This record gives sequence, structure tokens and C-alpha cells, in this order.
Amino acid sequence: MGLFDKLKNIVSKKKEENKETTELYDKGLEKTRKEFVSKLSLLGIKYNKVSDAYFEELEDVLLSADIGVNTVFKFMDRLKERVKKEKIEDTKYLMEVIVDELFIIYVNNENLSTKINIQENGPTVILMVGVNGVGKTTTIAKLAYKYKSMGKKVMMIAGDTFRAGAFEQLKIWAERTGSLFYGKENIDPAGVVYDGLEMAKKENADIVFIDTAGRLQNKVNLMKELEKINKVIEKIIEGAPHETLLVIDASTGQNGILQAKSFKEITNITGIVLTKLDGTAKGGIVLAIKEEVDLPVKFVGLGEKMEDLQTFDIEEYIYGLFKDMV
Amino acid sequence: MFEYIGDRLTNAIKNIRGMGRITEENIGDALREIRMALLEADVNYVVVKEFINAIKEKAIGAEVDKSLKPDELFIKLVKDELVSLLGGDYVPLETSKNPTILMLVGLQGSGKTTTAGKLANFLRKKHAKNPLLVACDIYRPAAIEQLETIGKSLGIEVFTEGKENPVKIVTDALEYAKENKKDYILIDTAGRLQIDTELMQELKDITNAVHPDETILVIDAMMGQDAINVIQGFHDALSLTGTILTKLDGNTKGGVALSVRHLTHIPIKFVGDSEKLDGLSEFYPERMANRILDMGDILSIADKVESVISESEALDTARKMKKGTFDLEDFLTTLKQIKKLGPLENILKMLPQARKMGINNINIDPKDMAHIEAIILSMTPYERHNPDCLKATRKQRIAKGSGRSVEEVNRLLKQFEEMKKMMKMVSSGNMKMPF
Repeated sequence: MGLFDKLKNIVSKKKEENKETTELYDKGLEKTRKEFVSKLSLLGIKYNKVSDAYFEELEDVLLSADIGVNTVFKFMDRLKERVKKEKIEDTKYLMEVIVDELFIIYVNNENLSTKINIQENGPTVILMVGVNGVGKTTTIAKLAYKYKSMGKKVMMIAGDTFRAGAFEQLKIWAERTGSLFYGKENIDPAGVVYDGLEMAKKENADIVFIDTAGRLQNKVNLMKELEKINKVIEKIIEGAPHETLLVIDASTGQNGILQAKSFKEITNITGIVLTKLDGTAKGGIVLAIKEEVDLPVKFVGLGEKMEDLQTFDIEEYIYGLFKDMV
Repeated sequence: MFEYIGDRLTNAIKNIRGMGRITEENIGDALREIRMALLEADVNYVVVKEFINAIKEKAIGAEVDKSLKPDELFIKLVKDELVSLLGGDYVPLETSKNPTILMLVGLQGSGKTTTAGKLANFLRKKHAKNPLLVACDIYRPAAIEQLETIGKSLGIEVFTEGKENPVKIVTDALEYAKENKKDYILIDTAGRLQIDTELMQELKDITNAVHPDETILVIDAMMGQDAINVIQGFHDALSLTGTILTKLDGNTKGGVALSVRHLTHIPIKFVGDSEKLDGLSEFYPERMANRILDMGDILSIADKVESVISESEALDTARKMKKGTFDLEDFLTTLKQIKKLGPLENILKMLPQARKMGINNINIDPKDMAHIEAIILSMTPYERHNPDCLKATRKQRIAKGSGRSVEEVNRLLKQFEEMKKMMKMVSSGNMKMPF
């Protein structure tokens, strides 16, 4: 059975269980699919046989999807090798190999878990970090909504004491989602985190989200501040933060890889939240980050509504991308 | 900013330095390097292709002039092509109408609200305008409060009118501006996707109601290959008059800049290069191309210095440097002036051959500067004027007073001495600038 059929089977089985998820992926990836896959299909029509010109155009298609220069070049090497070894000539069949190889990029190294490390006793602390404008605060709101509807007691701490209006924005979200809230303006974020976590313990919150200021990864002082926040968290709740999620805007290009690399260096990033995936036609960054930094994507933003933040599912993702070809 | 492109191009060009003339073979490697570098910088792949082809064609056909070596000729070609790619001449902002209306549009999180504040500040400072900020983002929680906070910190008025109807907010703001002698109106709109027809219609309605003189797309410099769809989408709907690239102070390679102008011919008017409210610089293609090619950007440094340091201050410092009477007190003053320029690493990157000197990627902790300041402030005026008098006991006292170690005090004094020596050399003409 070919890979396409396998995927189709898996996803259609899932579809029965959770129809909404499949539809969300389907819709959220519409733009990427339209551009990326239609280009791939056109390539298959233009060239019957595999040739140098075919490879050159294929490389362009992959590059244009933000899959990442290094990832694409390595991918092309692997593909060419396979073509040589398996003596593949037909471009239609090669298409299946391409999807297969893209899939392998992601599932390689097994660092795939989308699980959130939830603590049975005491609060689970989730620290949200990222550069400016990627959607950290909104993501917290969506995650809070998610855990709230699972019956958890959720709390938000406004660790972004820098950006004007950040405090109010989170506070409004706390009210809307019915979460506890702690924040103070214009003071050291580590202090806010300290007091906030004390309150979380007192109130017996199940899940605590800590919002932080957007910071460009090359700003030493801001990155140091993050270290300090981490120390404070650890001091108050042992073993915390239980998750440190790096939020990345899906429309980011090669810099997304640099972001993941530098944040991983200074803090123990446990996963990635990829926001605004529905807004871009180039969702290829998922693959680039996995291959170059080996961090799993835990959630993806597929729309603006509260329920549009979904646990990442590589099978749904690949299927969502290639379903027109299956 | 752009330093990575510069690096790769510099390396690529180095390889053909020794060659006798330009042939298809000997620029092959260089072209490949350039292609990789541009792609890694998120330049749109179509632009990359055209760029490479244009260079190739021109380079191989080019007459090797007697005055230029092949590598110099190649650099010139690449630079000329970059400049033309980045868009020829700089198009300044419309400022002549009374009031001039400017609308900022863009995706969520691109930095519209912050940029609105920076622009208002710029217009007041450079064009002596009396701007009015208009809060039109009725969707994102606390967006209006954010603009109000920014306005308050700048002392610039912000027009708000609830979260009902953006078109009404804007028309009322225009009325208000006329009554209150505001001559520049800056409209901050909500972030939206270019494919969101409903929200794009809202922008069209605003446009039809007040006919902005400038409709500017604010775009994140970190954006990948999709940038071109965003630009095209907004341009088709609204006929943009320009773009502003934000977050260029990150380590993004900012290839978006190359794509924007080449594919759409919309001018880039400004770049956002720090989180501070004066972190907005005018965009000059020629200077940017120099920067990419590691030829430095002295002009931009000069502009920046001029905008924060008064001429008399600068002259005073220069005179003292020349006479060799530059002491720690002056050093402290200079330090304070430098601090006004924003993050020092941004300035260092603009220096010619920053990469060669290894200072293009230095990360400077603002705390180090604060420590130096603390040490000098712990000295008596006499000590600051006569650093030679500083011996062990004085140093210990200064270390204690500033909360630093004696080693740090020593290091500072040594650096100061070296700096003084260098100044003497420069002013006596014994040192050539590294061009």
C-alpha cells in the first residue's frame, strides 16, 4: 500500500472520531495547499520524466514554501539519491516519494511528543516566550480556554511589563475566559512572576500561564531577564516551569530557525506553538524547525477563533497539505 | 541588519579576486554563494533568480576596465544591481497637505501601533508637525490603551472614540484635527489578513471616507516567502504608497526589503531598528546596498548622531580629543551621548568593514555601560580630570563605591588610555580609516 493510501486511511479513521479537527486542518492549510500543491502538480504535468530541469523547478517550489534553505538542499540530495538507487523515472510516482520524504523529515529523531507535562499535584507552570508580535498573549487566551473547558482552574500571570497595553490585553482575556489573573505594571517582571506564583499556590490553580515580553533573540539583556524569570519560577515551584513554549509566527522565514536555536540555547524550550498558520501560504517552516533544531511543534493556530488552536498532528498536517493529490 | 548577506557576498567575491578576467567558470562559485545567501535571507526566490541572471549577464559581457580589477568590477556590478533592486531614489513622506492623512495597515503583530508612535515622534521632530494619533483598532483587546500609553509617553494627543465604527472614528478625528490645528493625522488600524475580505472592506471604507495621502503597509522584516503575497494583497486592495519594515534590529537578514521593491515597486520609506520610540530611520537604497556589501554606512551613523547630539557638544568633544585634554569627565559625557543613539551594536554594524574587524556580531549588554558609568561616577572631579593620580587605595575606594571590582576599574582605565592614544593618532593624521 502506498503512503498516500496509508495516510488516507489514518486520517479517515480519525475523521470519524474527530471530524472537526480534520476540517480545521483542511481549512487552515487551504492557502498553503493551494499554492504549494498546485505548483507541485503542475510540475508533474510539465515533466513526465525526471530530469535536471525538473529537479531545479522542484527545488524552487520547496524553497518558496519556507521549508528552509538547508532543509531543502539536504532533501534534494536525499531525493536524488533515491531516484538513482530506485531508478525512478516517472514524476507521478516520484510525487509519492516526495511526500514520503517530507514526512520522514518530521518523524525523524522521535522527538515528536505533543503532550503537555501536566502535574497531578499543584500547579503546572507554562512559560510562554517568543519575539515581538507572534501572538503570545492571544495563544495564552486560547490555551486557557482549552484547559478551562476541560474543567481546570486556570491562571494567567502578566510577565510582559514592557509593552504598553500588554497588561490590559491579558487581563481582558482572563476575564473573558474566566481565569484568575495576576499582574502589575511598570515593575520588574521577575517580581510579578514571584507574586503571581505565590497567589497561584494559594488559590490552588491547576494550570498557570506566564506571559512574557516579546524579545528579539539577539538582545542580551532581555534574554538575561528570561533567565532570571526562570530562576524565580524554580524557586517557588520546584521543577517548574513544566513547559516552556516558544511561540513562532508561521509566516516567519529563515529567521524562525534562528529564533528556535537561540531561545533553545538560553532556556529549556519544550515545544513550539506555531501561530497564524491559516494566514500564510508557506507553512513549510514546521519542517525546517524540526530538521534544524529538533523541537516538536505542540500546537498550531489555524484560525482566529478560540477553538482554532489545535494540538499539532503531523498526519493531519501532511494530509491537509496533499489531500488534493491523494 | 543585512549583515549575513554581506558576509556571504564578501566571501563569494573574495574567490575571484586573483582572477585575470571574468568568465562564466570563475564566477560560478560566487553566483552560487550569492544565490544561497539571498535565499537564506528570505529574498523571494523569483527575485533571486532574476538577480542572479542579471549579474551573470552583465558580468560576463562586461569590459574589464584598466582601472578596475575583475573582483572590483564584479562588486560594482553586484552593488549597482542591488541599488536598482532596492529601488533607486528615496521617496520621502508626503508632508505638504494640511492636514496630511496617513493610514497604517498590516498583518497582526507586524508592529503598527508602535510604528504609529514612532512616526508621530519623527514628524514632530523632523518636520515640526503637530500630529494626532487615531486609535482605530477596535478588535484587539487593549490596542487602544496601548496607543494611549504611547501617546502619553510622547506627549502626543491620541483620538479615541470607543470600539464601534472605524469609519466614523476616522471622520470624527479629521473634524477634530481641523478644529484643533493638528496638521498630520496618523491612523492606527487593526491587524488583518490580506485575504480577510470583510476586514479589507473596512479599510477600503476608511479610504473612501477620508482619502489618506499615504497608505503605508507595516511589514515584519522577519517574514518569509509569503511576504510577497501579503504585499500584493494589500496593494491590490488599497493602492499602497509605501511600506515600513519593522524589527530590523533583530538578527533577521531582512531579504524582504529586496523583494518588496523589486516585485511591487512600492517604496520602503522607513525601517524600525529599535524598541525605543525614536527607533525609526529613513530608508536609503544606496546606503543599504553599501551595508550589504560591507562597505559601511557612515551616512546613516552621521544622521543618527545629528539627531541626538547637538553640534556644539560634538565640536567641544572633538576639540578636546585633538588637544589631548580629553579626560574621564568628557568620556562620561560621550558615553551618555552614545547611549542616546540606542543599542551600540547597531551602530557598530554600520561601520565600514565591521565584519572584518569582528564587531558586526558583538552583543553589548547595556549593563556593562551602566557599570562603566557607575565607576566614573564614583570618582571625584579631580580624579576624573587626572586619571593618572589613581593608585591602589583610590581604586579600592572607587571599586567599593561603584559596587564593582578593582579589576574592572583597572580595565576601564586601560581602555581609556588606549582610546586616548587612538584619538591622538587619528587627529594627527597618522592613522588611515580602514576603507
